[in-house]
Amino acid sequence: MDTAAIYSKLKERFGDAVLALESEDAGDPAIRIQPRAIVEVAAWLHAEADTAFDCLTNQSGVDYPDRNEVEVVYHLFSYSLRHTCVLKVGVPRDNPSMPTVDPVWKTANWMEREVFDLVGVVFEGHPDLRRILLPEDWVGHPLRKDFVEPTEYHGISTKRESML
Amino acid sequence: MSLLNTMPEFMVTTKVDEMLNWTRKSSLWYMLFGLACCAIEMMQTGGPRSDLDRFGAVPRATPRQSDLMIVAGTLTLKMALRTKVLYEQMPDPKYVISMGSCSNCGGLFQLAYSVCDGVDKVIPVDVYVPGCPPRPEALTEGLLKLQEKMMQEKWLVRSTGESRPALA
Repeated sequence: MDTAAIYSKLKERFGDAVLALESEDAGDPAIRIQPRAIVEVAAWLHAEADTAFDCLTNQSGVDYPDRNEVEVVYHLFSYSLRHTCVLKVGVPRDNPSMPTVDPVWKTANWMEREVFDLVGVVFEGHPDLRRILLPEDWVGHPLRKDFVEPTEYHGISTKRESML
Repeated sequence: MSLLNTMPEFMVTTKVDEMLNWTRKSSLWYMLFGLACCAIEMMQTGGPRSDLDRFGAVPRATPRQSDLMIVAGTLTLKMALRTKVLYEQMPDPKYVISMGSCSNCGGLFQLAYSVCDGVDKVIPVDVYVPGCPPRPEALTEGLLKLQEKMMQEKWLVRSTGESRPALA
């Protein structure tokens, strides 16, 4: 089943919670979902026999300052049906908060921790939302476009003096 | 033993410092500190073809039994704090070889927010081995350079200022 067919099925089932089908020139087509509806949509796509998305291949976060939005992208794959689908969810930059899909796909646990660590999206209901890559005492989320690199970390200067 | 048996009165004249340094440089136990791809080359250097063991250098898995730390790979800021702790756990006299571009200066990743631009920002370094990653020959050369440096050290008379600052 291709993304357009999945989109029309989702639209029929969830109505306004499914925002748009985005077909970009480069990359996979994606379905844009309301943040509040993501868990229901995910659980439905996982359970339904003709979608059967049993694998969350990748979950990532992208910062878009010009849209004032942080986007969370879900790459889904079905082992039984061998098809893929991309879901996108936009949350506001100043209050990036949305529900977790950890109950649907266990693998989302660590990937949501990574998204939280690097772009600062807070996943409500996540069982263990801590930083996963950076140190616990790190300040800020470095993949935000307006992140300013600190000049030092625990007394270690982050600037390299020129040898020339 | 047969050689010694033929010379029961066998005697060697040398300086105390040189004998001490010779024994120390011939049993440099290095701590495994592989952080990235340089670690693969470090394993090759310890392996049978390059065989660092012929210079008396064998790997140890703990800082408390090590004389030498070979920092092999990209040092992140998170790891830099641990590196310092591990270095402090090593007994004196201790040495550090910085292996590869990342460890020397941050290398390819020096502009990244999470990377420490050189292990010398955290701990003192004795020998820098350039390369990305250095071949086993280069690391062996680095170890020999360190042995040369160790042979210059003075233990009986330290007031001459010849000893390493870190040991004073």
